[in-house]
Amino acid sequence: MARLITTAFVQRLRHSVDRWLFRVGAAEPAPIRLGQRRIYVLPSAAGIAFALALLVMLLAAINYNLSLGYALVFTLGGSAASSMLHAFRNLYGLSIRPGRCPPVFAGDTAVFTLLVDNPAPRRRPALRLGAQGQCSSFELPAAQETAIPIACPAPRRGRLVLGRSTLETRWPLGLIRAWSVFVPAAECLVLPTPEADPPPLPRDGAGDTAPGSRRTGEGDDDFAGLRAHRSADSPRHVAWKVLARGGPMLTKEFAAGQGRELLLDWDHLPPGFDDERRLSRLTAWVLAAEREGLRYALALPGVRIPAAAGGAHRERCLRQLALHGLADATAGEQA
Amino acid sequence: MSTARSSRRLGLFRHGGALPRERVTPLAPTLRRNQGAWLLGAAAMAIAPHSVWLPAWITALGLALLAWRALLLWRGSRPPPGVLLFALALAVAAGVRLEFGHFFGREPGVAVLVLLLGLKLLETRAARDIRAAVLLCLFLQLALFLEDQSLPVAALVLGGTLLALGALVALADPDGSQREHLRTAAALLAQGIPFMLVLFVLFPRIQGPLWGLPADAFSARTGLSETMRPGSISVLGQSEAIALRAAFSGPPPPPAQRYWRGPVLSRFDGREWRAEAVVESASPAYPLQGERIDYLLTIEPHQRRWLLALEHPGSAQPAIRYTSDLRALAAEPLRARARFALGAYPQTQAGVEESPAVLAAATALPADSNPRSRELAAELATGARDHAEILERVLARLRGLRLAYTLRPPLLGRHTADEFLFDTRRGFCEHFASAFAVLMRAAGVPTRIVTGYQGGELNPIDGHLVVRQSDAHAWAEVWLQGRGWLRVDPTALAAPERIDGGLAAALAGAGELPFMLRTDMVWLRDLRHRWEAVANLWNQQVLGYNPERQRELLARIGLGADRLARTLGVLAGAAVLLLAALYGWSLRGARTRDALAREWERFCARMAACGLPRPPWQGPLDYAEALAAHFPAHARELREICVLYASLRYGPHAPEEDLRTLENRIASLRLK
Repeated sequence: MARLITTAFVQRLRHSVDRWLFRVGAAEPAPIRLGQRRIYVLPSAAGIAFALALLVMLLAAINYNLSLGYALVFTLGGSAASSMLHAFRNLYGLSIRPGRCPPVFAGDTAVFTLLVDNPAPRRRPALRLGAQGQCSSFELPAAQETAIPIACPAPRRGRLVLGRSTLETRWPLGLIRAWSVFVPAAECLVLPTPEADPPPLPRDGAGDTAPGSRRTGEGDDDFAGLRAHRSADSPRHVAWKVLARGGPMLTKEFAAGQGRELLLDWDHLPPGFDDERRLSRLTAWVLAAEREGLRYALALPGVRIPAAAGGAHRERCLRQLALHGLADATAGEQA
Repeated sequence: MSTARSSRRLGLFRHGGALPRERVTPLAPTLRRNQGAWLLGAAAMAIAPHSVWLPAWITALGLALLAWRALLLWRGSRPPPGVLLFALALAVAAGVRLEFGHFFGREPGVAVLVLLLGLKLLETRAARDIRAAVLLCLFLQLALFLEDQSLPVAALVLGGTLLALGALVALADPDGSQREHLRTAAALLAQGIPFMLVLFVLFPRIQGPLWGLPADAFSARTGLSETMRPGSISVLGQSEAIALRAAFSGPPPPPAQRYWRGPVLSRFDGREWRAEAVVESASPAYPLQGERIDYLLTIEPHQRRWLLALEHPGSAQPAIRYTSDLRALAAEPLRARARFALGAYPQTQAGVEESPAVLAAATALPADSNPRSRELAAELATGARDHAEILERVLARLRGLRLAYTLRPPLLGRHTADEFLFDTRRGFCEHFASAFAVLMRAAGVPTRIVTGYQGGELNPIDGHLVVRQSDAHAWAEVWLQGRGWLRVDPTALAAPERIDGGLAAALAGAGELPFMLRTDMVWLRDLRHRWEAVANLWNQQVLGYNPERQRELLARIGLGADRLARTLGVLAGAAVLLLAALYGWSLRGARTRDALAREWERFCARMAACGLPRPPWQGPLDYAEALAAHFPAHARELREICVLYASLRYGPHAPEEDLRTLENRIASLRLK
């Protein structure tokens, strides 16, 4: 009980420190430039041990009247003090902006990327970027922008924001820790976990009730003709033989693939399913339909995405599934 | 698992590049070669110089452990198991116990540090171990100063400190090059030195020791002792170590007057001379008479209280005590090099009214020793009118014996005076003084031995008189009624050059002298004079900077009264100034990407202040259009600036003049 209270207290304290000292709040506009006001410097544990050792050495120098002992202790103390400014200088002037973060499935690892720019003509060694309890170590070459990946577990679907991040360095002596706290506008879309072994796509039962669905009764493999390749086309439908003969890149069209339309409908799933299980199955179906090159529509409570095919359509559907029921679901649909 | 598979199958959600190899901590648990090179270098530099003072096996074992570590590092093999290291540590502890008999004290302490460093390096697993090893290196550097604080040792420690800092830098930045590590470590060391200078001068000095020191804190070195037997002073003749320095305010006294008085020995057991108990007082026991010679005496630490002053001492310095046997003493044993302002009164008659007990002790002889000398003394004493005449006769007889002066006298048996005078006839000053005293005592004249130094060499570079251990000397004092104690130097009978020209003159050509004392190499002598002048400056100004000197200095620069508070204020102010200077340095050069980028940033910042910031994704040409739309009155100038920037940034070549044109255009732009 007491431990719970202290943990809560520590968390609250940390929160207040974040707000009042580090001015951590909402995500900051990019680029975040590390000026002198937002770099903090304190001795590390090793630095405190070093200071104690210097104190012992100073006592020895006093005790044995060693003039050069004083000189040695003072030189080391001076070097440690100047290492404080070296550490500060190692962070000073860097600027950070969020980079791309591809969506992942819940349970996977989201890889955020922050672009850290080092405008100075010198290398910045021994940096450490920490966020969400993870960290990555790196160094920045001179006068260059470097993409720093930071991998965080993504346990739940929705938006995963990187949030409070710290960039720190213990260079050059490891005695001083210089750090800066910031909130980059970096977030990752976490998709629902696709169901591991989903039932076949609902071609017959649910599909034919969808408006605009056309039943041709022809098989999937009925070749219907060639058309110009579009980047969203599945590679398995590319007319490789034509390409191999030196012709243009064409896509084979099939009667079924073109004509069949699926409706992936939330309401047609078995009634015993809870929301997450429904989302999981719909996700698996979206992936399967796309893989087979089918046209499909998605119907969720309150949202309906008309039938289409291709990468953009799939991403739109997956985004809708990821954000379903969350506070900013509609914002996700509009985006 | 399945999700991973599905995303792999899709191939679309994969992020762009492969993840760089992750290091969970930047402090790799295993030591890399470049880190190891720094660390082992620092450790070797910390251990090796101790081989001069420590028992050979300890430094050899320490270095062997380092070599073992180096081998492991080179081969990339794993460190030895903990059990082996523990056993090794126990064995080492037992070895140190056997060698010194105890663990407490300076030498065993340093020995333990040396071996601990070797063992610690063998078990460096985490960054913490490496830091601990670096701290051990620094402790060992400090321990070097316990033995020697000369300039070369200071340079050695400076080098060792550089390596230790380099080891810490390499630890923090394992991917950097050795050159970068060296540059960073050297910069840190160089930036530490101004702090050191300020703190060295201003940090309030406290006279140690703060607590009781272990018994061997100040180990015995070559020097005089309170006993004398045949051979004890000729040992010192081999040593070139400096015993004391004197800076005379006037011309230095002639060599024949340079007798630096040390222990007075009047108890004789037939072979060995010892000091009698003496009475101390705050003022000299004799009236100060005649000419006065002022000088500043700097004595190397010899762990005893005697001051080795010129005869006869008198001083205004309150801390000096005087003994009944005409010596000057310091209040405390001389544990550090110390400086005394002294006066000498060579014409003073001392001990005219000597106590009968002292005189009785000065005529005592053990009954069963030196029968032949007694016989000779009895023969010389018969018919003499007074003690002065006996003295004349003894000196004349000694002169007639044709005794030879040598640094390597033959060994003597039980009757030292007999054997020297009648058999071997070769001896060093202690033989002469001892035989003379035995003869005089046998004749009933109060006589005692005085040890100390005689002579000294003027350094032409700084004008100081330098007295070495090889100038150690023993002479005699005879008490005559009405005249007090008279100095008699029997060595002068056989080797008068010893008194006027020092040991080198007396033994010229004999090939017995230490290398550096030889007179035939003029350039070497000159070099030595220069070096010793520098060393003296170092001793006086740097090593001799003690609480007293600090008080003087602070008073001179106007920090005299209310010393502590004001000194600490000045100290803090100086430290803040230094840090501010470093801060200015650290701000410089962080944003100097290139002149063109700076100009463009400045331009964009100005436009942002005017209400139209450039969104990060907008290129210069698009921004030009946006600006032109926002400020139609200046559309032409704004477009020109942006186009010029774009052509400079992305065009094929960018001459210097164009950059200047851009600068001028931006500077001359007036939007309001």
